Amino acid sequence: MATVDIRDVRKNFGSTAILHGVSVGIEDGEFVVLVGPSGCGKSTLLRMIAGLENITGGQVSIGDRVVNDVPPKDRDIAMVFQNYALYPHMTVRDNMAFSMTLAKAPKEVIETEVTRAARILGLEKLLDRFPRQLSGGQRQRVAMGRAIVRHPQVFLFDEPLSNLDAKLRVQMRAEIKDLHQRLKTTTIYVTHDQIEAMTMADKIVVMHGGHVEQIGAPLELYDRPANAFVAGFIGSPAMNLLPGTVQGGAFQPDGGGARWPLPAGAQATEGLRVTYGFRPEHLRLAPDGLPLTITLIEPTGSETQVTGRSGEALVVGAFRERITARVGEAIHVLPDTAQAHLFHGETGKRLNA
Amino acid sequence: MSKADTADEGAALSWQSKQRRVVTVYVPLICFVIILLFPFYWMTITAIKPNAEMFDYKTYSPFWVVSPTLANINKLLFETSYPRWLFNTMLIAVCATVISLVASVLAAYAIQRLRFKGSAYVGLAIYIAYLVPPSILFIPLASMVFKLGLFDSPFALILTYPTFLIPFCTWLLIGYFKSIPYELEECALIDGASRLQILRRITLPLAVPGLISAGIFSFTLSWNEFIYALAFISSSENKTVPVAILTELVQGDVYQWGSLMAGSLLGSLPVAIFYSFFVDYYVSSLTGAVKE
Repeated sequence: MATVDIRDVRKNFGSTAILHGVSVGIEDGEFVVLVGPSGCGKSTLLRMIAGLENITGGQVSIGDRVVNDVPPKDRDIAMVFQNYALYPHMTVRDNMAFSMTLAKAPKEVIETEVTRAARILGLEKLLDRFPRQLSGGQRQRVAMGRAIVRHPQVFLFDEPLSNLDAKLRVQMRAEIKDLHQRLKTTTIYVTHDQIEAMTMADKIVVMHGGHVEQIGAPLELYDRPANAFVAGFIGSPAMNLLPGTVQGGAFQPDGGGARWPLPAGAQATEGLRVTYGFRPEHLRLAPDGLPLTITLIEPTGSETQVTGRSGEALVVGAFRERITARVGEAIHVLPDTAQAHLFHGETGKRLNA
Repeated sequence: MSKADTADEGAALSWQSKQRRVVTVYVPLICFVIILLFPFYWMTITAIKPNAEMFDYKTYSPFWVVSPTLANINKLLFETSYPRWLFNTMLIAVCATVISLVASVLAAYAIQRLRFKGSAYVGLAIYIAYLVPPSILFIPLASMVFKLGLFDSPFALILTYPTFLIPFCTWLLIGYFKSIPYELEECALIDGASRLQILRRITLPLAVPGLISAGIFSFTLSWNEFIYALAFISSSENKTVPVAILTELVQGDVYQWGSLMAGSLLGSLPVAIFYSFFVDYYVSSLTGAVKE
């Protein structure tokens, strides 16, 4: 186990800059998720930590050691790849033992370690099978087994669940989290799925276009996104983000319509271009509220999602109450100003405390 | 609507029907097999025909043997140096194949995986080298063979065959290595393997079908090679089968058809046997990639 320190790390492919100075500090035993849309540089960053890509600028340390020029095998890490990268011509046992065989570990040690890993992951009966004889979830487990036999200082996961079907993904998500709680090994996990990030992480790093947008605990990011990008990226259904201006101490969305009350503690001058954000579940029915013309009603049982139009803006609300109104009719709603957000129109930065 | 559906279904069913399959699959297949195998058949019956039958089409059907004989084969094996020629061919083909495979594996791996500067151009250059026809190349090669004092020795061929085998095998293997997921090697790199260990323990075991087809190609090409063998070998006991049959069994304008055909038949058997062992690998390497 070890801390990982990523300091102002940059990466260029030829003249194209992929990472523009990324800094993340990772505590010993922490589960950190790098999340972002595809092309944001999260996988590149992980591969740089693994030593599979060289580092153009900045510094990566594992424990107290700067590893910029340390080859992958000496970094004391283990990595699980998206397509598992199991060696097809070796049995599960040989796959898991491969790194120890290369290190010329004694036979008994290899046997003990493989058995231990197999027991942790429930693979005892599959040890003599080949990867092609396993299901997706089993292959995933073997890939993890191959990582844990080595007792690495850091686990690296590169979108490990994206090849699994939805149900198995939920199950493996729980298994990985459980594994982390048992082994307490520092883990860096890359995904594009914000739900995976929210459910698994101790700390989330949201990346976008080669920059870190925000670092924080899942609920911190959810409740207080630092900018409009994080606000729109984290949470499902996504946050409502309405472009507009500040007028008369209220928010005037583009294209007209009623004005919305500004979030509590918003620091915005008159006429400033802003983005107004609130989550669907923070919209409540209020007889004296803003009118919303319903365009779509989606009951899910526990709640009802309503899409409606206020002026030009499309707004989504999620209500615990049963909605009796129909499409085309209007309901009156108000956002919870304590939970609403205001972002700068150009920089996207958060304006309310 | 439902009527059209059933009609479609009927058409699909009749497509599957037996008569349909006979016409579309078996008849063309049988024609094809007959055309392909006829030369072998002709070779075989000529090899065991007595001379009397061979030249007398009026009394005997040319497509059949009435009284088969082993005289031609006997003559070939015991009155000529055929066993020696066969051994030469085998030795040269095996050595040239081994040399070419080793060189091509290293070259293909370096070009495909190490991605050094200019690796794409090196790959292209190797391919262009393959396009130079042997009928042009044998003149400069002959002068080199003479200068090195290799003329009329098996080494003349063992060392010149790789000039066309290595480019071919390298290209075949580049394509095959490309089909092996790169993550496997990255994973092995993290697991602590060196480049050579990766090549030996991960890449090569997965590339076995590719290696086998490269091997078969090399072996067959060396076995059947004619121009270099004709140009670089002069003494009878050092000749290879394709050249020897033509130069030693055709005396002046007298064709010893029986022995010629027996020689061709025995000469093509090793290749056929070689193919039959590895046909599965061969097909899979030409049609599919590595499966997990």
